[in-house]
Amino acid sequence: MLSSKLSCVYPEIWLFCLSCLALMTDLYLKRWAKWTTYFVSQAALVGVMFFAFGLIGKKPSVLFYNAFIMDDIAALLKFMIAGIGFFVCMYSRKFVFESPHYRGEYFVLCLFSILGMLVLVSARSFLSLYLGIELFALPLYALITMLKDDSIGPEAAMKYFIMGALASGLMLYGISLVYGITGSFAMPEIATILFQNPALHANPALLFGVVFIVAGFAFKFGAVPFHMWLPDVYEGSSIAVTLFLGTLPKLAAFGFAIRLFSDTFLALAGYWQGLLMVMAVLSLLIGNVAAIAQTNLKRMLGYSTIAHMGFLFLGLLAAPQQGYVAALNYIIVYTLMALGVFGILTALSRSEYEIQNIHDLKGLGVRYPWIAFLLMMLLFSLAGIPPFAGFYAKLFVLDVLMKAGHMGLAIPAVLLTVVGVFYYLRVVRVMFFEVSDAQPVHAYRIISKPGVALLSLNSLAILMLGIFPTPLFNVCSGVFAWR
Amino acid sequence: MKIEQVVFYIFSLLAILSASMVIFSKNSVKSALFLILTFFATAGIWMLLEAEFLALTLILVYVGAVMVLFLFVIMMLDVDIASLREGFTRYLPFGLGVAALLIIGLAYAVGGEKFGLNVITPLSIQPKVASNIVALGTVLFTRFLYPFELAGVLLLTAIVAAISLTFRSRSQRIAFIASKQIETRKEDRIKLVQFEIGKKNL
Repeated sequence: MLSSKLSCVYPEIWLFCLSCLALMTDLYLKRWAKWTTYFVSQAALVGVMFFAFGLIGKKPSVLFYNAFIMDDIAALLKFMIAGIGFFVCMYSRKFVFESPHYRGEYFVLCLFSILGMLVLVSARSFLSLYLGIELFALPLYALITMLKDDSIGPEAAMKYFIMGALASGLMLYGISLVYGITGSFAMPEIATILFQNPALHANPALLFGVVFIVAGFAFKFGAVPFHMWLPDVYEGSSIAVTLFLGTLPKLAAFGFAIRLFSDTFLALAGYWQGLLMVMAVLSLLIGNVAAIAQTNLKRMLGYSTIAHMGFLFLGLLAAPQQGYVAALNYIIVYTLMALGVFGILTALSRSEYEIQNIHDLKGLGVRYPWIAFLLMMLLFSLAGIPPFAGFYAKLFVLDVLMKAGHMGLAIPAVLLTVVGVFYYLRVVRVMFFEVSDAQPVHAYRIISKPGVALLSLNSLAILMLGIFPTPLFNVCSGVFAWR
Repeated sequence: MKIEQVVFYIFSLLAILSASMVIFSKNSVKSALFLILTFFATAGIWMLLEAEFLALTLILVYVGAVMVLFLFVIMMLDVDIASLREGFTRYLPFGLGVAALLIIGLAYAVGGEKFGLNVITPLSIQPKVASNIVALGTVLFTRFLYPFELAGVLLLTAIVAAISLTFRSRSQRIAFIASKQIETRKEDRIKLVQFEIGKKNL
């Protein structure tokens, strides 16, 4: 049936059509442009959530001559991406509208980037994978310089652009090598060729290709040793864009990793596991240690992201099935935590008085006890302190890691996590126990009641997932059940 | 001599002549124009090989877009030809050596051994296939439909991103406002200061 098969692509089609509509409304409806663009964008994301939710639990189907697959993982990730995107737009609306540099293209570019992520998580061939990753990264280059008038924004965007171009080049080169050896772009075909010809596994050209693709992947999503751009970009972009950058790409990264490691190069697991081990330990080390030295809050969170990517890699390399489940669980929990933290920072910022440094949070505990409490919960969760979801996410990853016999990796991971607790707690200390002499940055902003409600919902969800971690874990393992 | 041969020799001669004129012409704008002529001649040869899509793309992309940009840049830059020509005789042996190497390499890679008449079947004998525009279009809109559409979306995104970064609305633009200029009076702009001799005024 054509129509039932086509329904697998409804999320993408719907999102693309509504992005174009948002572009048009912004152009022609002068007076109400801001609100119509915003509502069309939100409608687009709600529609994607609706369609993706309907696709969860269906039989996997492949479309467009092996270029596109819709399975449970893709459907769940699409649902999550659209849902988190919905909250990202909602959190950043006020900040974005008030910015003197606001343009309607802000939301449109966000939508296009999300479209790229949707394409990425359901890629079935390297061609669509590459196009997805470009479509997801290209709008970000423009978004980083948007809403800002200083020189640091374009600098960050240039860094990200050049690094991104380099990463694309590396990845394309790797893909061309793999294509040269196997003669195919389609992931299942490459996988079967690799399984049927063990002689190929020692082929240096093929291994080079895999290494280049993994390096491109690490570049795009910021893992050590390809992480240098990430703190600069977090610092250089305005907080609303950091909110976008800090949450959604992580989900897309997981989709990418599953397509790459599980769907394509499973036969070469012995090789890429070694790569991931090195990158995971280095990411944990450099992310946690460098974050201690930061006084800039956004840079600190950038380094913390790098450390969390290390945990994702640990989950991926652990064991095929359970490792992916733990990694997916981890990444969903991490995205929710990052959404909350950056959401609170966005809510406290105005385009002129943006929260930049840790000491900007001085006195928050006195002025906004509830918001400070929410932020404290999120930071505890990021640090991995027990009653919160972050703890269980880390626990699951370490559990599968030890079951797979990687004791040597679990020990440094735990030790470095303990190191990481320091810089999260420092922020909490500044919030509650330091009083600023001058008017603090957050004094210029009053958070609306619905905003407080949303942020509370977000943070309490982390607490709930910490107390009852099984439902999310069951969803994650259900997604991988058919494999 | 058959008509194809006549056409081939005309276009080849034209291509070689205009290509050498690209190098020998004293004016860089003329060089660029000769390069366009070279492209036209090459497109003619490709047309003779029944590669009509490539021929059309060459004219559309290279002549229509790339060379226009090229000419634009040449006109913007003030290139001093005399300084470029300095040391021509000094570098000539080296240049000739590189050219000779290139010719040997080309002869090895695409010489008669691999692309001679005894290896390649003449076009008239080859089975008649649909024109290559049709073949390409069929593949693009069936097998590669999804990547093709995605590439379109990617280009649209690039346009939106580039315009949103550079576009300034009327209120943000630096522009003359004629009425304000006319209405300005001498008193608004000029301040007359009385100097006293012997005192420090400034």
